[in-house]
Amino acid sequence: MAIFIQQIVNGLQLGLVYALIALGYTMVYGIIKLINFAHGDVFMVGAFVGFFGYTVTKLPWPVALVIAMVTCAAIGVLNERLVYRPLRYAAKISALISAIGASFFLEYFCSLNFIFGPNYISVTLPLKVITWIIDGVRITNVQVIILVTVVVFLTLLQLLIFRTKLGAAMRTVSFDHDAARLMGVDVDKTISFTFAVGSGLAGIGGVLFGFAYPEIWTFLGVMTGLKAFIAAVLGGIGLIPGAVLGALIMGQVEIMTAAYVSSQARDAVAFAILIIVLLIRPSGILGRNEPEKI
Amino acid sequence: MMLEVKNLDVFYGNIRALHGISFEVNKGEIVTLIGSNGAGKTTTLRSISALNRIHGGEIVFDGKPITNLEAHRIVRLGISHVPEGRKIIGNLTVLENLMMGAFIRSDKAGIQESLEDVFTRFPRLKERAKQLGGTLSGGEQQMLAIGRGLMAKPELLLLDEPSMGLSPILVEEIFDIISRINKLGTTILLVEQNAFMALQVAHRGYVLETGRIVLSGPSAKLRADDQVRAAYLGEIA
Repeated sequence: MAIFIQQIVNGLQLGLVYALIALGYTMVYGIIKLINFAHGDVFMVGAFVGFFGYTVTKLPWPVALVIAMVTCAAIGVLNERLVYRPLRYAAKISALISAIGASFFLEYFCSLNFIFGPNYISVTLPLKVITWIIDGVRITNVQVIILVTVVVFLTLLQLLIFRTKLGAAMRTVSFDHDAARLMGVDVDKTISFTFAVGSGLAGIGGVLFGFAYPEIWTFLGVMTGLKAFIAAVLGGIGLIPGAVLGALIMGQVEIMTAAYVSSQARDAVAFAILIIVLLIRPSGILGRNEPEKI
Repeated sequence: MMLEVKNLDVFYGNIRALHGISFEVNKGEIVTLIGSNGAGKTTTLRSISALNRIHGGEIVFDGKPITNLEAHRIVRLGISHVPEGRKIIGNLTVLENLMMGAFIRSDKAGIQESLEDVFTRFPRLKERAKQLGGTLSGGEQQMLAIGRGLMAKPELLLLDEPSMGLSPILVEEIFDIISRINKLGTTILLVEQNAFMALQVAHRGYVLETGRIVLSGPSAKLRADDQVRAAYLGEIA
């Protein structure tokens, strides 16, 4: 029993990191109906910036976390401005292909020696790991930090979207760009802001990922990003609660597969979920089946 | 003169939607643009709100040219556009929709006053304030769309087919409301297919046919015109 509960804890840790990434996919999809394939790579940049922050420049890790968040927000905004905005009202496939291009660019540019380099880097944790053993279940302070950080930022996000004027503007833009303009909403700025928030959350996810799984490299965002994307689809793409729910499920499924089936099967199961969801319920768990509006 | 449209040209690709139309709206008036489907009525309103690109001509509001402004700036000048199809934000509540109408304002007390005002005018919206916009009936959505337009406290209200899809009783009610909004000091540019009703509330009208203004004048004169009667009022000339 203790082993099973231990797996749930491990799955929760993974799911929480996925949630931070999945939110960015779903927010961007919600507002411009684009799968931002470069999002996983923004997450990777977050992991590196955080790592360099608390190792090379020896900043306290919460400061490094904020710097990673801001850097990623800036990259997200820049990416939208340079790559997606010129194609916003072009055929969807153009923007999608550009997103894949942006993704490759970030991966290979960051792999250059004078950026992050192409090698795996072992993360030296900026804090001493404390482990508590409760009824045979190991819980670490890193896991507690991850949980608290995710809960705090999810709460802030929820307040932003449902309690502020900016949040109302975001929801209006995600419904209809022209209607938003008629009410005086600057659609471009609102989209930039959405990218900033989504990418900032991915940056936080990157830093926390480095804490939890202390080995990072420049292609980290490919698989992790894809799984977070699957999580967003599973929960219902475009829906914020869906991203969190999907991510928590993905975390559990992956860890349970690794623990009880085979650790080699974990990626296969993730993609099997994507295929099954797309076949059976393409709108996701929380989504309603609606004909696609173009 | 509040609004002046001069030689407006709009193309969609190779198709010319507007052939240099000109018209004006004076302060305090209800002016209607009538015409059949595809005549260019909606395009005209969308051009004023800068949702469409304009290929020629000029639009002047309160003496200032507004031709090259971005869409989100137009409403700040005092032009509120209630669009075709109402564009109610389905996943926002009725109250949130109304508050979005006041997005450009920051005077809390004034916004509250406008909200009370809208609720007095449309008691139905007050009853349904907490409901999602998407769950309203067609008539309620039209009331919400007009209410939301009023929340910006506009000098000029652009209404695009407010009667569309409504039952005759509701159409009467909506036009009655339009008339009262005007009497309280808001100038209105009304686009309608329902020429009969439009010419009853409007002071003046323009008849639009395939992107050209073919006739204009006081409503009473248009109502008496044989061509208008034949083409738009369903009477035999």
